[in-house]
This record gives sequence, C-alpha cells and structure tokens, in this order.
Amino acid sequence: MCLAVPGKIVEIYETNGLLMGKIDFGGVTREVCLSYVPEAKVGDYTIIHVGFALNLIDEQEAMETLALLDEISKQDIEE
Amino acid sequence: MKYLSEYRDAQLVRAVMDEISRTIHQPWVIMEICGGQTHSIMKYGLEQLLPADVELVHGPGCPVCVTSLEMIDKALAIASLPNVIFTSYGDMLRVPGSSGDLFSVRATGGDVRVVYSSLDAIKIAQENPDKQVVFFAIGFETTAPANAMSVIQAHNLGLENFSLLVSHVRVPPAMHAILGSPSSRVQGFLAAGHVCSVMGFWEYPSIAEKYNVPITITGFEPLDIAQGILLTIRQLENGSHAVENAYARVVTFDGNRPAQKTIRQVFEDCAQAWRGIGMIPLSGWRLKDEFSNYDATNRFQVQSIKPSESQLCIAGQILQGLKKPVNCPAYATQCTPEHPLGATMVSSEGACAAYYRYGRSQ
Ligand code: SF4
Repeated sequence: MCLAVPGKIVEIYETNGLLMGKIDFGGVTREVCLSYVPEAKVGDYTIIHVGFALNLIDEQEAMETLALLDEISKQDIEE
Repeated sequence: MKYLSEYRDAQLVRAVMDEISRTIHQPWVIMEICGGQTHSIMKYGLEQLLPADVELVHGPGCPVCVTSLEMIDKALAIASLPNVIFTSYGDMLRVPGSSGDLFSVRATGGDVRVVYSSLDAIKIAQENPDKQVVFFAIGFETTAPANAMSVIQAHNLGLENFSLLVSHVRVPPAMHAILGSPSSRVQGFLAAGHVCSVMGFWEYPSIAEKYNVPITITGFEPLDIAQGILLTIRQLENGSHAVENAYARVVTFDGNRPAQKTIRQVFEDCAQAWRGIGMIPLSGWRLKDEFSNYDATNRFQVQSIKPSESQLCIAGQILQGLKKPVNCPAYATQCTPEHPLGATMVSSEGACAAYYRYGRSQ
C-alpha cells in the first residue's frame, strides 16, 4: 500500500473541483488525483499512493545519486 | 521504465554492497521500518549479499499488519449490516478478525467491495444514494492525504451516505516506542521513504539525538536500500547519529505541505492500538469533531466490540524487531498465506508473507 512505482503524467484536467490526471505506468494508464502536486506538468514523473500523486521526481537528484554510486562502483573495479 | 531500471542495476548494487563490506568492522543491527522495504530485501535477496555483520530486523511499517483486531472486528460487524456497501483496499479482505474476515462476510451476502482509492468509494456513494457506503480508512501517513481528501469531497458534495472507519497510524511515535523499550536491539534505522514523501523528516533529528541512532531516509529499489544501509553503517562505525536522506529524488525535509495541511484540517492526533504491539500514545489520527458525522463508529454504534487474538501468533514481537517469522512455531505449518493466523502472513508487505513467498526458512 505504501509501495509505489514512478509513473509519467500524460494528461491533466479537473473533475468535481479536484485536479486530476492520467498517469502512464510503463504502458498501463491510470487516473489519479493531482491536487497535492499543483505544480505538476505533463511529462513529469510522479510517485502515486492509493490514487494520489504525492510528489514529483526530482530528475537532478536522481542523476546525482546515480553518479555518486557509480563512483563507488568505479573505485571497486580499480581496486 | 525510467527511475526503476537504473535503481535495479545489479552491478551497482553489488558495488555498494562491497563498499559496505569494506566499511564495517563490527556487527550492527539495523531496522527497516517499512514493510515495503522488507519485501524488496527478500525479493532481491539483499540479505544474502550483505556481510554477515549486518543484521536487518523488520519493523512495524505494514499498515495491514498493525491495524488492531478490534478495528477488524468493527469492520466485519459493519460490513455484515444490510444496506451497507463496505469498501476497502484489497489487502484488508483476508486479514483474520476474531472470527472470519471480510471475504467470509462477502461470501455470506455482505456487500464488500475492493477500491483502489478513497475517491472510488465517494463515486460508489454518489451512485448508491439509498445505501450507506463505508470506507475502511487504514494506513500510515502515505494514505492519510487521500483519506482526508475523501472527507473534504464528501463534505463539498453534500454526501450523507458516506463515512469512514478510521484506523490511521503514524511512524514517529512507533519509532519512539521501539527505541524506548529496554529490550530494543535496534542501533540504526532505515526510515520509510514514502511516509517521508508526505511528512518530510523534520520530526526525525530529535529521535536520532534522543536515542543516539542514525536514521537514513531510504527508498524501495535494491540500490536505494543498499545505499541506505551503507550510509547507516558509515555513521555507526563513526559513532555519529544524524539524519541523512538517501531518497532525495522523492523526499524533501519539509515533505508535501499541501498534503500535511489537508491531513491537519480533517484529523487530529490520538492514542492508537497497534495489532500485536498494544497502545502507543499519540500514534494515530482520528476525525476532528467537526467531521464526526463521517465517523462510521458513531453511525453504526460499534464502540463496544471485544476481540480475541490467536494465542499462537507472535507477530507483535516480529513487528518490534525482537523475533523473525521463522522463530514462530506456527510459521509455514499452521500458518500459511492460504490459512493465515495473523495479519503479517496476509499482507503483501507483511514480514511473515515476505519470508514465506521468497522461501526463507532461516
Ligand atoms: S507465522 Fe503466522 S502465526 Fe506466526 S507470527 Fe507470522 S502471522 Fe503470526
């Protein structure tokens, strides 16, 4: 229930006063509520819990983490 | 899929594991608080990749597992009533109550429906004005924003046939309860990334300080978990106890402020009973007085139910990191996913189920 995978926002609209959207999870599309990420844009990646997007993925942070870990792995090979 | 495959890169995971082996010089016990992380650890066999000096113990972070038996019994009582449509996340249907589960209620004619989101329950209420629609609002800080929003929606739409059976739990008070116990073995924490995505981690520095334990905010992919363990081990070896964020692509210090605001609008802190563990002060959320007309326990008068728990199940000790599922005499014999005695064998995030599913016998 707390485990969620990232999905890509492909459409944004409003229903009953709530900001809603369509999210593509690698081919499967689901409707979710975007009210808690009002800054979301089409093309952003987001993590969904029980039908609500609770945060957008920060691309720069994702890349930085990977670069950091990649460095560890290079040290590993050199040793 | 973007942001998944990179974080499942086996070579990178192995490199981080090697770094952990180089860093560690003595045994340490680390608790992953979240059942989703327990599940990933078992699924990817991370325990086997770790040096023997790292012991992972599994925490109480599975909402299905810790929902109190009394609450399950209330759910069964309400779902059995005529004229009620009882809606719930799918995981709750097979959780054993004192007698039976929601599935057995459905088999005997109760209208029990699985929903993906609390907003689906709102839709059902709109479509069935002659029925009472009840939503089983369980979960940690991750489901609370959705459940709070359903109350606001019901209010805005003037729905009079919608209510919540609320059983919310919060992580920080549980961490206090675990670390404050004299029997605690936990020396470091992997904090639950998705809980922190909502709440941020401003509540954690005081916990790290008070109990001298490092806390690392950790995600759910194998690389996230490996990195979380590495950062925690580095701190343990250095004797430091800070809060570090190994899930910065999703989690910020402040968390999601609009979500926190809506939670505060609808819910207030209360003492909460945790299945197998008992009462933990201020560890739950209940509906505020102004929303009490959406409280199913008032609407259906189920306040005085007396539950009776299986004598065999040791889930409470497992959820506090004191025992492992394989230490339970009923594990994989009297208790299996087909015939569960406790909730930790039912839930997809439960420790007993994770051990069973990935064939762990030690
Ligand atoms: S194996 Fe079954 S009986 Fe034993 S602790 Fe786990 S859920 Fe309870």
